[in-house]
Amino acid sequence: MRDRRRRNRLADLAGRGLLVLAAAVTVAILLALLLYVLVKGLPLVSWEFLTALPRRMGRLGGIWPTIVGTLYLSAVALGVAAPLGVAAAVYLAEYAPPGRLTRLCHFGSETLAGVPSIIFGLFGFATFVIFLGLGWSVLSGGLTLALMILPTVIRTAEEALKAVPRAYREGSLALGATRWQTVWHVVLPSALPGILTGLLLGLGRAVGETAAVLLTAGSSLTIPLSPLDPARTMSVHLYLLAVEGISLERAYATAAVLVITILLLNLLATRLVRRLTPKGGHA
Amino acid sequence: MDHVHAPPVPAPTFTVRNLTIAYSGNPAIKNVSLDLYPRSVTAFIGPSGCGKSTFLRALNRMNDLIPGVTTQGRILLEGEDIYAPGVDVVNLRKRVGMVFQRPNPFPMSIFDNVAYGPRIHGVTDRDRLSAIVERSLTAAALWDEVKDRLHKSALDLSGGQQQRLCIARLLAVDSEVLLMDEPASALDPISTGKIEDLIDELKNRYTILIVTHNMQQAGRVSDRTAFFLSGELIEYGLTAEVFESPRDRRTEDYITGRFG
Repeated sequence: MRDRRRRNRLADLAGRGLLVLAAAVTVAILLALLLYVLVKGLPLVSWEFLTALPRRMGRLGGIWPTIVGTLYLSAVALGVAAPLGVAAAVYLAEYAPPGRLTRLCHFGSETLAGVPSIIFGLFGFATFVIFLGLGWSVLSGGLTLALMILPTVIRTAEEALKAVPRAYREGSLALGATRWQTVWHVVLPSALPGILTGLLLGLGRAVGETAAVLLTAGSSLTIPLSPLDPARTMSVHLYLLAVEGISLERAYATAAVLVITILLLNLLATRLVRRLTPKGGHA
Repeated sequence: MDHVHAPPVPAPTFTVRNLTIAYSGNPAIKNVSLDLYPRSVTAFIGPSGCGKSTFLRALNRMNDLIPGVTTQGRILLEGEDIYAPGVDVVNLRKRVGMVFQRPNPFPMSIFDNVAYGPRIHGVTDRDRLSAIVERSLTAAALWDEVKDRLHKSALDLSGGQQQRLCIARLLAVDSEVLLMDEPASALDPISTGKIEDLIDELKNRYTILIVTHNMQQAGRVSDRTAFFLSGELIEYGLTAEVFESPRDRRTEDYITGRFG
């Protein structure tokens, strides 16, 4: 009896130890990665590096056009994927009758979420660049990225909507609100933090994507102004710098800027989520 | 105890005929017929699973939201069949409001909770909204407790306050009928007392239909009582009569606490 209790306690301790270890290893790897990139890259990052045009294919000068390209492309991707994805999620979570078609939609979006990005790149190349004649452009790249992150956006938004208590919906409907009023005034605000988290995940993927962007937005080093201009993102830039052996140091510096950009976007989004969480919300 | 006068019988608010409701084929309400009267409180009592909540939720078609529910028979609200094709369910629910078992204020401020109904029905004028909010909160006996924090979250209120807020929210849309599904079952005795006082106050203006587990509560607040058992309506009459001289043996057994 006493022995067994002792054994149980030991097993409990061992179990907890393993979990702590796993968590520690994860965090350590993440930190090591970040530190490595920052330590190798940051020394080269200067105001000039951020704001100057690149010279000699990026061997000298700065990365300003690629920062613009990254933000531009992400904005297009998010601008398309957010309304479309959230609308689709609202339909799936609030309106779609459970059945064959809904299951098919789910299956479709889950499958798409697992498709490698290069496939999206090829599709975007064939469809937007060639067939629709948009050429290598911010628009082609942005639309391709939008398609790529759409499944993530839909899935997280749908989960967030489904997590809104049924009591809110019933309370609203019982006051004579229409379905749409209920969704718009009660359900969506409650689900907003979750939806924004999904958008953020999508944004992260879009900012980091390389292959699909290279195929659809091109790799021009000029500053894109019109949506039909070609553009190079930071990820593509860093890929080309490294692969073509142009400058490994500058690849690291670009990587550092990219990592910091993603970090800033994350912070901004968290702020936004907190600001937009309904006044009464517990989140 | 005073002699109970049979009140003059007004035209019923709801006329229910041969109502049968089933969940995926399993009947929860079996062939129930009764009339429900205005400006009074009718209590639905019976053991868990007897179908009383299902019955209540049929009256504003809340059961429509549950997949697999089939409803047969007729429910007339002031003479009109609420299950007829083409009925405006949104308008029905505006006329027949509902308070739920667990308080379900929206995650917004107290003010916005009460103003929610008027807003979705088209009131935008700030002063008018404020007037409606104050009137509704006062009617729900909550005004004095919250008037200094109208713009604070409704979720910070106590359970009892939240439930009165939900009632205020309902009063703000000018319903005619208030459905209450065990409105005090999640509350402490003091809050329960306040809700009961409120029901007593409100019955002068509304048709109140209340589901309750609590026999004493049914006795205290209601004018009429309907006793359900396994989906059947066993007995329905003036509360005093049902409690003091039940006609059916099963009603007596239930009321005296022999089961349920």
